[in-house]
Amino acid sequence: MSDIRFTEDHEWIGMDGDIATVGITDYAQQQLGDVVYVELPEAGRKVTKGGDAAIVESVKAASEVYAPVDGEVTEANAALSGNPALVNSAPMGEGWFFKIRVSDKKQVAALMTEAAYKTFIAGLK
Amino acid sequence: MDRSQGRAARPGAGATTEPGGASHRGLQLEEPLLFEQDSPGRSGVDFPAAPTAADRLGGLRRKSGVGLPGLSEPQVIRHFTRLSQKNYAIDAGLYPLGSCTMKHNPRLNEKLARLPGFAELHPLQPMSTVQGALALMDELARWLKTLTGMPAVALSPAAGAHGELCGLVAIRAALEDRGESRKRVLVPESAHGTNPATAAACGFSVESIPADARGRVDLGALRAMLGPDVAALMLTNPNTCGLFENEVVEIAKAVHDAGAFFYCDGANFNAIVGRVRPADFGIDAMHINLHKTFSTPHGGGGPGSGPVVLSAALAAFAPLPYVVHGPDGFRLVEMAEGTAKSFGRLKGFHGQMGMFVRALAYMMSHGRDGLHQAAGDAVLNANYLLARLKGHLTPAFEGPCMHEALFDDRFLKDTGVSTLDFAKAMIDYGYHPMTMYFPLVVHGALLMEPTESENRDSLDRFIAAMRELAARARAGDAAFFHEAPALAPRRRLDETRAARQPVLRWRPPTARRVAE
Repeated sequence: MSDIRFTEDHEWIGMDGDIATVGITDYAQQQLGDVVYVELPEAGRKVTKGGDAAIVESVKAASEVYAPVDGEVTEANAALSGNPALVNSAPMGEGWFFKIRVSDKKQVAALMTEAAYKTFIAGLK
Repeated sequence: MDRSQGRAARPGAGATTEPGGASHRGLQLEEPLLFEQDSPGRSGVDFPAAPTAADRLGGLRRKSGVGLPGLSEPQVIRHFTRLSQKNYAIDAGLYPLGSCTMKHNPRLNEKLARLPGFAELHPLQPMSTVQGALALMDELARWLKTLTGMPAVALSPAAGAHGELCGLVAIRAALEDRGESRKRVLVPESAHGTNPATAAACGFSVESIPADARGRVDLGALRAMLGPDVAALMLTNPNTCGLFENEVVEIAKAVHDAGAFFYCDGANFNAIVGRVRPADFGIDAMHINLHKTFSTPHGGGGPGSGPVVLSAALAAFAPLPYVVHGPDGFRLVEMAEGTAKSFGRLKGFHGQMGMFVRALAYMMSHGRDGLHQAAGDAVLNANYLLARLKGHLTPAFEGPCMHEALFDDRFLKDTGVSTLDFAKAMIDYGYHPMTMYFPLVVHGALLMEPTESENRDSLDRFIAAMRELAARARAGDAAFFHEAPALAPRRRLDETRAARQPVLRWRPPTARRVAE
């Protein structure tokens, strides 16, 4: 994973060949508070950019996680079902949500860079 | 035996601790579960020994006990009395849960609901013996139709969300009747969670309409989302931000121009009853929470009741049964007849009869002018809170509100105190917290609904407590908030652990070992 991109809905996406790993950002997990449950998509499911892909539930609220780009889910992070706290402790690492085979890499390139995302969340505070 | 069952057992200051780990505070007594008080063989009644007789159960005869605890009558009475004393209720004090409308339940309602002619009816009695009850349902229906301006009403839905289901199933039936298959339902992002859940349960896909800067539906965005595949809009008015959707007539027109139906969530009807007729908004269906607007007990005090008013376009699809009046008096229509295309039954019988009696008692004792005043007083009280807390807490939106005052958590910025901490501290100040973190569109929301039940003294005491708490947060006393509640029988609960490892069912110690 060399280049990580970000969405305005606080998902991150990291490319590795044709496969991308998707999770929620550190800012998102801070806003949510303690995560208590994560519902993940099944492998093989087609997702579309901006469409529902997963659900994350914290002590405060349940929120949808959107697919940052079009693609097909190849794997969901099984570790989250037994230990949703990983989303809080390592949102950009072990707390990843799912992997997708990306249909169009140009969609990834169009997302925010880390610097752009940092500016974006600074504007939210 | 682990008596805590996953509950925190930290005794508060000044509490005494029993050897079993239970703690008492003053005369607020700790209460173990009935199963934990089990003394095998103990009973409030002496039963004769079971006769030994041949049975025909074959291999189906029960081989183990039923597992009921052995208890004496005083144990049982004390158990439920102690539990009831731990319950907070509108009968005990101000209950400012926004969107829940915890208003006083007049005792006149209770007196009438206990009349034997209503209370002792059986739903399968012959029609000729229940004419009074049917007349009451007919009269209640007349009031609901008059107050909303709508031509039809279904009384049977058992609560608000059940009413939503009734409305959306009627809409689906009407669409099927037209030969249309519309699949999308539009819901504002501030909606009650039951709205998208109901739409999804009916097989629709749900899309969220953004709010504008005024906390209302963005009409332009709604227009852009409408199309030939939209089945319905679900909109609460006044909305969950406590604001009147003042473009509701244009909204209804846009929805109807697209061939869709307008479902109105009537959860907040209490703010406008007697003043505005939802029919004049242009709605097609709306549930009315009798347990909110018409003061029937709820929140653990009684079942809800959610009659649904329907437009002429939907009336034919209304659920069974319904009351009609003929030459032989009133009767319940149990099977579809004539031109009606009823979608069928929602419930075994006809609805929550006890709540019908209470709601009609409330309507008739208040009269049209009284309902008009109740709505006005509810709005006045909420605006009094908003006006006197402005400058101490941060209102989420500009301008006057309807029946509830909504604040965000900007006033807690950089204090280290969250909305949750603030709510917990209210308990130590003698107040049940308001609704928090809802609606989701407002950051760290605090939603307060005082209702018309509170007088000015009561509101002033509440306002003083809120101001003092806000000042305490700003003064840097975060530790107090993080520890709160210090005075409740249970201190701060571990909500994360409760959600991650919920203990939902008591198991006998042996079974628990086997299960683990």
